[in-house]
Amino acid sequence: MRTIANTAHSVVEPTPATRRFAGALVVLYAVITMVPLAWIVLTSFKSPDDAISYPPKLLFAPTLEGYCNLFTTLSRQTPDFIKTLGPPQGMCDRIARGRNMVIAGPSNYVPRFVNSLIVAFGSTVLAVALGTLSAYGFSRFRVPLKDDLLFFILSTRMMPPIAVAIPIYLMYRTLGLSDTRLGMILLYTSVNVSLAVWLLKGFIDEIPREYEEAAMVDGYTRFQAFVKVVLPQATTGIAATAIFCLIFAWNEYAFAVLLTSGNAQTAPPFIPIIIGEGGQDWPAVAAGTTLFLVPIVVFTVLLRKHLLRGITFGAVRK
Amino acid sequence: MNDLSPSTPIAYAAVRVRPGAMRRARGLSDRALAWLFISPTMLLLLAINIFPLLWTIYLSFTNYRANRANAPVVWLGADWYRSILTDPDIWAAMQVTAHFVIWTVVIETVLGFGLAFLIDKKFRGHGLWTTIILLPMMLSPAVVGNFWTFLYQPQIGLFNYVIGFLTGRDASSFQMLGDVTLSPWAIVIVDVWMWTPYVMLICLAGLRSIPDYIYEAAEVDRASKWRQFWSITLPMALPFIMLAVLFRGIENFKMFDMVNLLTGGGPGSTTEVASITLKRAAFESWRTGYSSAFAIILFVTVFGLANIYVKALNRVKSR
Repeated sequence: MRTIANTAHSVVEPTPATRRFAGALVVLYAVITMVPLAWIVLTSFKSPDDAISYPPKLLFAPTLEGYCNLFTTLSRQTPDFIKTLGPPQGMCDRIARGRNMVIAGPSNYVPRFVNSLIVAFGSTVLAVALGTLSAYGFSRFRVPLKDDLLFFILSTRMMPPIAVAIPIYLMYRTLGLSDTRLGMILLYTSVNVSLAVWLLKGFIDEIPREYEEAAMVDGYTRFQAFVKVVLPQATTGIAATAIFCLIFAWNEYAFAVLLTSGNAQTAPPFIPIIIGEGGQDWPAVAAGTTLFLVPIVVFTVLLRKHLLRGITFGAVRK
Repeated sequence: MNDLSPSTPIAYAAVRVRPGAMRRARGLSDRALAWLFISPTMLLLLAINIFPLLWTIYLSFTNYRANRANAPVVWLGADWYRSILTDPDIWAAMQVTAHFVIWTVVIETVLGFGLAFLIDKKFRGHGLWTTIILLPMMLSPAVVGNFWTFLYQPQIGLFNYVIGFLTGRDASSFQMLGDVTLSPWAIVIVDVWMWTPYVMLICLAGLRSIPDYIYEAAEVDRASKWRQFWSITLPMALPFIMLAVLFRGIENFKMFDMVNLLTGGGPGSTTEVASITLKRAAFESWRTGYSSAFAIILFVTVFGLANIYVKALNRVKSR
């Protein structure tokens, strides 16, 4: 990393031995912390018997049965009935018939996953749009009671979700927004907008005002300067903020479980209730979990440079 | 009080001296534009946060029940508040919450700071390993809680197997989620697994904010490494550590999703943290007035903590 090769060894540089020791401990922690996640991914490729075997199996014959069960609903049939059916269509059908089951139809996982996508993207677009405007307002103009307003905006995010859910439940029941995607989008927007304002204000504060002022001297209106000068400069910040909003909405559980039941239910309240025959179908639950976590892993890698800002509402910039 | 704006009066003055009349002729005035930009956010927050909050305050003084919407509403005054603050069940829930908050924050701070200290030694590949360590905190707490119930299964769970293997005990001889003494620790373990990276990341920023020349000066003065740690590293990273502690404290004070999926508050009410008590009162017993009063009490607590949090943010920011 460091390019100082010709200078003497700095007094504050750790020795190579210290470095190796520190590295070994950190790698050890990282490996231990990854075990639960790796176990879930492994479980998603196990057969139901392998998943619940004792002692836990590290080596097993991988199967996609968990994924098949995740996407389909099965019904048990007699072997005689199954013999009367034609040849199995596709791998999932073959696995199901091996267990005296037939595929009765698709499961609810895909609709729940789609709900998660719609609610997450809808609320993110709204929150980032509102947040960008407000952040610019707070960053560039003299707003009366600015600090109190900013504190108020932040404090809305700190509220316990269950406490917020009580009146929202009553309000949505009156307005007909219960169990609708629109209701969830509005709710998540209101939670995310506070993060968006704080993060984006930090990013916009870093753009020198001289750029806009120069543009305005050249005849742009303030609004044109905002659209044509500030927005392009703030693209990275807007993208990072959007990903943070997406992750929050994607992961949210408390509001989803209390305010949705079917229509608008997102994936987090659905995954824990994936039940197979005779109790929880762990490979299917693991498969649902794995698919649900993949986007988050991708986003985390994309965001790694901005993570610190995101989790401290833009205060710590590194 | 919460001055978070880096803008200086001089910068404002620079904007103000521009000829206002000319700008107005070419578009909206700055003042109008400022309100135009800020008001949509404010309106949304008023509709979805403030209006419901006022409604909750009103309900907390009544006997309203959401499952009997047509029953006559009776004004009770501060009765609920009085009964909540003297209710032993509520204090039991508060103790459970305190146990959870204190232990998670202590363990996460020690582990997180330790990790940050090691990562700050900049060994080869530290960037990659940092990203890997950060993963758990990005995941959905609900999904995390759910898959840990699988790891905690007494007969088939990996956690029980590993602990059994290491201690020589039978893996099915203990139940992390079903045992009165173990379940409060089961939720602490999952929270530590998930949120230690958060504390680590903030502490790392703190350690990196300490300029090298201070250590160099200490070396010149022949201060020992031990002495340097206690009189330079720790005091200078302290505002960052405080920030992490406060934020974890607030978040865990209102913890719901992970615990709800792991134990649901059980066995009995040994892991019933405040949010779960609130959910049971509001959405299972439908005591809306009572739970509104409890919600307001939690609100006020969090609001107070948030105020301290913002002050801490400002201290960090001035660095």
